[in-house]
Amino acid sequence: MKKTIAVVLAVVMMLVGVVACTSGNQPATTNTSSAIKIGATGPLTGGAAIYGQACANAAVIAVEEINALGGLQFELKYEDDVHDVEKAANAYNALKDWGAQITLGSVTSDPAKVTSALCYEDGIFFLTPSASAATVTEGKDNVFQMCFIDPTQGIAGANYIKDKNLGTKVAVIYKNDEDYSTYIYQNFAAEAEKIGLNIVSTTTFTADSQNDFSVQLGDAQAAGADLIFLPMYYEPASLILAQANQMGIDITFFGVDGMDGILEMNGFDKSLAEGVILMTAFDANASDENTKSFVKKYQEKYGEIPNQFAADAYDCVYAIYQACVNGNVTADMTAQQINEIMKQQFTSMTFNGLTGQNMTWGTDGRVSKDAIAVVIKNGAYASMD
Amino acid sequence: MSFLSHLINGISLGSIYAIIALGYTMVYGIAKMLNFAHGDVIMVGAYVCFFALNSFGLPPAVGIPLAMLVCTALGMLIERLAYKPLRAAPSLSVLITAIGVSYFLQNGAQLIWSTNPRVFPSVFENAAVNLFNGQLTISINTIVTIAACVVIMVGLTLFTGKTKMGKAMRACSEDKDAAILMGINVNRTISVTFAIGSALAAIAGVLLCSAYPLLKPTTGSMPGIKAFTAAVFGGIGSIPGAFLGGILLGIIEIFAKAYISTELSDAIVFLVLILVLLIKPTGLLGKKTVVKV
Amino acid sequence: MEQLKKKFHLGKTNREKIFTFGIVLLFFAVIEILRGTGNLSNLLKGQLVPICAYVVMALSLNLTVGILGELSLGHAGFVSVGAFTGIVTATLLKPVVPQTWLVLLISIVAGGLTAGIIGFLIGIPVLRLRGDYLAIVTLAFGEIVKSLITNLYIGVDAKGLHFSFINDNLNLLEGGKKIIAGPMGASGFPKISTFLAGILLILFVLYFLYRLLGSKMGRAIKAMRDNSIAAEAVGIHLTRFKLTAFTMSAFIAGMAGTLFALNFASLSATKFNVDMSILLLVFVVLGGLGNLRGSIIAAGVLTVLPEMLRSLRDYRMLAYSIVLIAIMLLTNNQRLMQWWTQTKKDAKKWFAKIRKAKDGGEA
Repeated sequence: MKKTIAVVLAVVMMLVGVVACTSGNQPATTNTSSAIKIGATGPLTGGAAIYGQACANAAVIAVEEINALGGLQFELKYEDDVHDVEKAANAYNALKDWGAQITLGSVTSDPAKVTSALCYEDGIFFLTPSASAATVTEGKDNVFQMCFIDPTQGIAGANYIKDKNLGTKVAVIYKNDEDYSTYIYQNFAAEAEKIGLNIVSTTTFTADSQNDFSVQLGDAQAAGADLIFLPMYYEPASLILAQANQMGIDITFFGVDGMDGILEMNGFDKSLAEGVILMTAFDANASDENTKSFVKKYQEKYGEIPNQFAADAYDCVYAIYQACVNGNVTADMTAQQINEIMKQQFTSMTFNGLTGQNMTWGTDGRVSKDAIAVVIKNGAYASMD
Repeated sequence: MSFLSHLINGISLGSIYAIIALGYTMVYGIAKMLNFAHGDVIMVGAYVCFFALNSFGLPPAVGIPLAMLVCTALGMLIERLAYKPLRAAPSLSVLITAIGVSYFLQNGAQLIWSTNPRVFPSVFENAAVNLFNGQLTISINTIVTIAACVVIMVGLTLFTGKTKMGKAMRACSEDKDAAILMGINVNRTISVTFAIGSALAAIAGVLLCSAYPLLKPTTGSMPGIKAFTAAVFGGIGSIPGAFLGGILLGIIEIFAKAYISTELSDAIVFLVLILVLLIKPTGLLGKKTVVKV
Repeated sequence: MEQLKKKFHLGKTNREKIFTFGIVLLFFAVIEILRGTGNLSNLLKGQLVPICAYVVMALSLNLTVGILGELSLGHAGFVSVGAFTGIVTATLLKPVVPQTWLVLLISIVAGGLTAGIIGFLIGIPVLRLRGDYLAIVTLAFGEIVKSLITNLYIGVDAKGLHFSFINDNLNLLEGGKKIIAGPMGASGFPKISTFLAGILLILFVLYFLYRLLGSKMGRAIKAMRDNSIAAEAVGIHLTRFKLTAFTMSAFIAGMAGTLFALNFASLSATKFNVDMSILLLVFVVLGGLGNLRGSIIAAGVLTVLPEMLRSLRDYRMLAYSIVLIAIMLLTNNQRLMQWWTQTKKDAKKWFAKIRKAKDGGEA
């Protein structure tokens, strides 16, 4: 019996070997094709798959557009990291075997902390669309972010609420097993204390208890809060809005860029989000030509409206394109040569994309762009003023 | 008043756990296996109902039975293909197979329905009952959930106690070999058990998603694990035990959040569970197993 | 051949043991040859330490599930405790101790000891429970560890270690360093795990487990698993042996945790969730309960398998689940097993015939 299992496993191992051989795992050192190989990891399966797929989808569109221009050619490959550090390291190594010359990093923060460290060691350029933890870029000169880092958002949020006098008694609900949410909260709370913004209720939830928010909302209500700050992604936010509605709570909700996408959720009752304020860098309903064309293409191809993850990934590809063109990067360069050029280009160039105009990057890898606060009116973003 | 409102929210959450736990406990009692894929059958049921309501515009009165039908078929199919061949196998082999089925359903759902979360439509009227001059609000959803749970528990108890099939189930649960000798078709009985458990999963899926309207391929996994905990907590194999375990788990979860700490609520729930099991090693209403030499 | 066996007094069990050690050493040799000739893919290179760590975790869980006969669904909890203890130890030692291997060794031992102590403390009350009730309590334990470490902040500065819970109140001095930052996890700790260390750890654990199984205690534990009443009747002290085995299992899991953790640049507590505990259980069941060699092979193959299926893209995990179900169905299929034993017998006969014919020809 035990032996048989061993035999079966051995057979599986052989099959695996065959698959491994046919999938072409020879380590490639020089790129012989005429396209620059861009690799990326993201959660394409599992609970966080929606973020990874949004990025992968948008990046494919951007690469197709660029390749259609006929000039510089890109070849894109996304590997699944299941939002897991171990799988992310594997995915990154698989990309290295494929011969990736530039990486779009990882989509989510935890994996990005690991892949950015590996990219720094190997000297491969790293630009993440959406991994917003400050530790992703810290101490690595070739790691860049397209999104805001979490502390920026927390601080900006507190100041915005104070300056615009949106609320005097603030309640916060955050996800305390997720770095994105906790990081924004901690910086928000510190800034609030500094500028004298009164936080009356702080409650949390985790991935395991992401169902019932009656206690958290009840606590905010009992404390007399007039604004609830929600530093989280739109999935839990949609549940909170629905339950607040059921409980008859009518307070202003204030979200961060992770909230973007809530209006496009399949089946979401947009009236629930009426009056919600959020800071975002992307608006799928914007009227400029680039956004319209991107949203149209995305919808035709994938049947969904793109969220900010998608927009960030789309911008990433174009930013890399711009840097490659300006820096005269060619497909026959090594990843390390490209890395040097990209580092120099990114810290000196100005980029206009879907998620902001006149973006620049510091040597610390962080992007400087404006977060626009918008309010949801009649099921669409409207200017706050 | 907040105490009462927390209590009701707890019972409502617990009712959903209880319905899922009843499915676990039924299958465990008869087939002696932990059906780890149960949580994912819930997800499938919710998706079926979602499409019936949203895409085909069917009323809930058609959508829910449809979901039950699909889940029943799915449950019996899984049993036939994956579990039946393993009837003589060690229980851990069956457990691993169940885990495999769980992965299969989750990843299959992701391929078919994409990972984009869907917002579940409200199945019940979005109204509420106000008590004590509006100080206590109970939504229709909560009332239906609790009522459904009680009805199912009573129904199952009557079914296993009074009907011929129910008696056959209890016989199989006591002693499979003796049941065969008494002319009970054990395979058929197990199959029916899976059918009932899966139909319950569909109901649980609809109730879960109408209370917390976020539907994605991983929707069923965490409630599944919690309900499994609840079933053991109440004494696995016992129908009233699963009911009690589910309700208590829901109440403890909400109370831990409300009165101790939202940060540590997960830890507190499981700590209480450990403590109770240390005092009552076979769960609240579990049978004390006599070990024979 | 027969003479050789007699000469070295190799019994069947001894040969089995040497075979198992041989597999590990062969694996090491093959990988080193591949590495030396530049044929090792980055993907496999990156997986070497995790493979070793998973093998050790599987061996440790086999001690609980296979040898002791108690179902555990929370083994990742011990791994987690070991991992984060190891991270803290390594971060503290790195600036003081120049030898990297020594830092790694001390960290692994520290990780193992902490997990072992926790295992001992948990084991005292919970080992009285049986079967599924014990399973659920271990599951609960794993969840509690996850929740607690997610809320834990540890930092170090000139004044020493600082701890803080739920909120980040470390108040580190200038130049201080956060080692574990709650939900943000640990990052910036030394990446010092090596493949060689992993192989040595496997060999050590194997040796340790074989010694244990061969000892009086090992026989007692097995007797207990097979029939606890009979074992008690012949005077085996059930609880004491159970507790010792459980503690050792936790100790080994903790060591594996440290090895695993120090291979990545960043790690958070949510990595060690129920899914990981279940994965370890899958290794053990697939490898065969109580079969150490089986655990090693299963852990190795099933860690590499999902990576090798990458070419299937979105269908990868679906394929993985089908493989899992198929293996379980095939290995438990009576008819297939009969056919297999028959084929083996036939093959043996056939070989014997050929050999006879050959001998006859020569003579």
